[in-house]
Amino acid sequence: MKRSEKSNTSVVNNKQQDVNISTDGLTTKEENKEHQEFLLKVLILAVIYVLAFSTRLFSVLRYESVIHEFDPYFNYRSTIYLVQEGFYNFLNWFDERAWYPLGRIVGGTIYPGLMATASLVHWALNSLNITVNIRNVCVLLSPWFASNTAMVTYKFAKEIKDTQTGLVAAAMIAIVPGYISRSVAGSFDNEGIAIFALIFTYYCWIKSVNTGSLTWAAICSLAYFYMASAWGGYVFIINLIPLHAFFLLLTGRYSHRLYIAYSTMFVIGTILSMQITFISFQPVQSSEHLAAIGIFGLLQLYAGLAWVKSHLTNEAFKKLQRLTILFVLSCAAAVLVVGTLTGYISPFNGRFYSLLDPTYARDHIPIIASVSEHQPTTWASYFFDLHILVFLFPAGLYFCFQKLTDANIFLILYGVTSIYFSGVMVRLMLVLAPVACILAAVAVSATLTTYMKKLKAPSSDANNSKESGGVMVAVLTVLLILYAFHCTWVTSEAYSSPSIVLSAKQNDGSRVIFDDFREAYRWIGQNTADDARIMSWWDYGYQLSAMANRTVLVDNNTWNNSHIAQVGKAFASTEEEAYKQMKALDVDYALVIFGGLTGYSSDDINKFLWMVRIGGSCDPNIKEQDYLTNGQYRIDKGASPTMLNSLMYKLSYYRFSEVHTDYQKPTGFDRVRNVEIGNKNFDLTYLEEAFTSVHWLVRVYKVKDLDNRA
Amino acid sequence: MSTTASTSSNNLTFTAIVKSFFESYSKTPQKLKIIDLFLIYTFVTGVIVFTYCCLVGTYPFNSFLSAFISTVGCFVLTTCLRIQINPINNFAKTISIERAFTDYLLCNLILHLVVFNFLG
Repeated sequence: MKRSEKSNTSVVNNKQQDVNISTDGLTTKEENKEHQEFLLKVLILAVIYVLAFSTRLFSVLRYESVIHEFDPYFNYRSTIYLVQEGFYNFLNWFDERAWYPLGRIVGGTIYPGLMATASLVHWALNSLNITVNIRNVCVLLSPWFASNTAMVTYKFAKEIKDTQTGLVAAAMIAIVPGYISRSVAGSFDNEGIAIFALIFTYYCWIKSVNTGSLTWAAICSLAYFYMASAWGGYVFIINLIPLHAFFLLLTGRYSHRLYIAYSTMFVIGTILSMQITFISFQPVQSSEHLAAIGIFGLLQLYAGLAWVKSHLTNEAFKKLQRLTILFVLSCAAAVLVVGTLTGYISPFNGRFYSLLDPTYARDHIPIIASVSEHQPTTWASYFFDLHILVFLFPAGLYFCFQKLTDANIFLILYGVTSIYFSGVMVRLMLVLAPVACILAAVAVSATLTTYMKKLKAPSSDANNSKESGGVMVAVLTVLLILYAFHCTWVTSEAYSSPSIVLSAKQNDGSRVIFDDFREAYRWIGQNTADDARIMSWWDYGYQLSAMANRTVLVDNNTWNNSHIAQVGKAFASTEEEAYKQMKALDVDYALVIFGGLTGYSSDDINKFLWMVRIGGSCDPNIKEQDYLTNGQYRIDKGASPTMLNSLMYKLSYYRFSEVHTDYQKPTGFDRVRNVEIGNKNFDLTYLEEAFTSVHWLVRVYKVKDLDNRA
Repeated sequence: MSTTASTSSNNLTFTAIVKSFFESYSKTPQKLKIIDLFLIYTFVTGVIVFTYCCLVGTYPFNSFLSAFISTVGCFVLTTCLRIQINPINNFAKTISIERAFTDYLLCNLILHLVVFNFLG
């Protein structure tokens, strides 16, 4: 509650700012006024800075300072490695405790920006004798970067339009749920710092296009380097900026400033991004970067021709022009064809195809389709994540079109492309959120400035316009207040659960905490051999290696599809079959997540069909149809025998028939699927139960040794 | 001029074009001419590096890339400098000549530090 009030005050502050600016011309003490305005601006920005940080702390207050979800655990683990072993060892890190027996070259397969930033902050704080441990740095890094993002957004919007817009944009992005979802305290993930880097790069880009200064272009390429070191989304930048340059060229807005900005940014940015081991030669080989290279060539050509033109008469130039263009076009086509044929230019990869064609991944790559954040976005989630920005977005576009400048064109392009991408994949909502804030801010500040003027105008002119002004300002104020309330509510209800610790409300209103995950991982860490190999579905790989410190077969870095398929196949086979496979993979323990007792719906039984599909993508003997009855996924008596005898089913429901979950219901009643299980009172021959957590969320089984007698 | 020209007259106009180009070019300030000379030098270096790579092979790809990008970067940055200090372009209001040179040096510093790192 307190927080939403705060955000309201910041919105109100913005209003006051508008009043001050609109009355600017009327006052005589302009010097004094300027000081006042400056102070007010600093005050508002300070409030926004604190607000952006504190609104992301719900999870820390409710639970504790804990790392969230899955990927952040890997980032946390590698940050610890980086701090302890140093940067060079980190880059050369070969992790033999993941992807057993293959191992994983960690240093060359990650974007190290996040870990480097966290360890830098950790080092800086500790060298100032502020002893903070690594976990707390990691937990609070995203909120801190969100505050910085708000400041950069202020500069960005200010560069595009004016100070008022900047302030509104900063206030909006500080609390927009689409961004908060990825940057609450504890979600220590690449996106947290990447959005800051993204906006900062765009700010520098606009600045360098507007000024034509080499320094800004150099800073832009450094920002681009930071972005490339932090997130795979850097590809978005290296395609959007060329697109902007191309549009400026098309609309006849070419200027020397554009040439300076783009050429410098492209050359230095490209070679800088190649310093990241994971990216290596991609900027000159993969098709995703091809547009940037093409535009670079085009700009050189255009600038060269323009220079030649300045020394020639019109007719002479025309003759020359046609020759050059034909020559260059045929050269480019030849390079493209030869490059593709010889395999120098690699084709687009799956994730990129799924961006252009939403159905591609679903049809071709089950591992991409199985991740929930790769699903297409629903309309409801637009409203949920952006609220009033959804309606203000087109209004902002309108105001941009009204007065086209280089910067406005960039904003329009950014808005349109990102709204397309966000429709393809839920997680790209994150890219849309900042531009939605800026466009909405453009709309809000333009409207407020117009109607505030009407309000302030002497009343003798026309009474009507004054009333309409009052109504418009009131409506916008209400909207903004609603926005602030909505954002706070969403943050507190939807985006602040760590998912490693669960909580549920009981009928009497009290809260129960399920801390089963940490309990189980701790048990594994304490009670199994140091080199024990644990088989689980890939979702839990990062958590297992970070918290239990044990060797896992597969984890969330889904680089080897066939290895994951083997694990999926083992879970989908009968116990006897699975035993052979597990022995072949040297598995000591098998871990399953089971929600039937508590009603935790994202458990392994609900993910089981994906295991079958992914397992089936490498072994045609496993067919999805065998696990369904008449196309339905069932676990009760009507389920197919293959389903009832699969390893996953047995491991999940072992001894479950001894438990009463609800009154009036038979034993073995699954509270997620709301049915009585179909296979009761079975025994395990090749595995034995090793550990089951308090609420049965995590179940660990030991794989028995081979018989002594042959 | 004439649209119904034969090949020989086409050639004539081409030499005329070149001639008029050099005539016009000779009026550019001395400072810019020196820069142009350097531009030609970097361009030729880039072409040599590229042909060498085509003939010998790209094997240490990072070395080739850093050499080639170094020449391309140098060329582009120098062009930017040339644009900025060219009095025709009216950059002097926002960016003074001294500022343009410092910017140029800064960018080159960044570029070549990275190039050295990448040479391997």
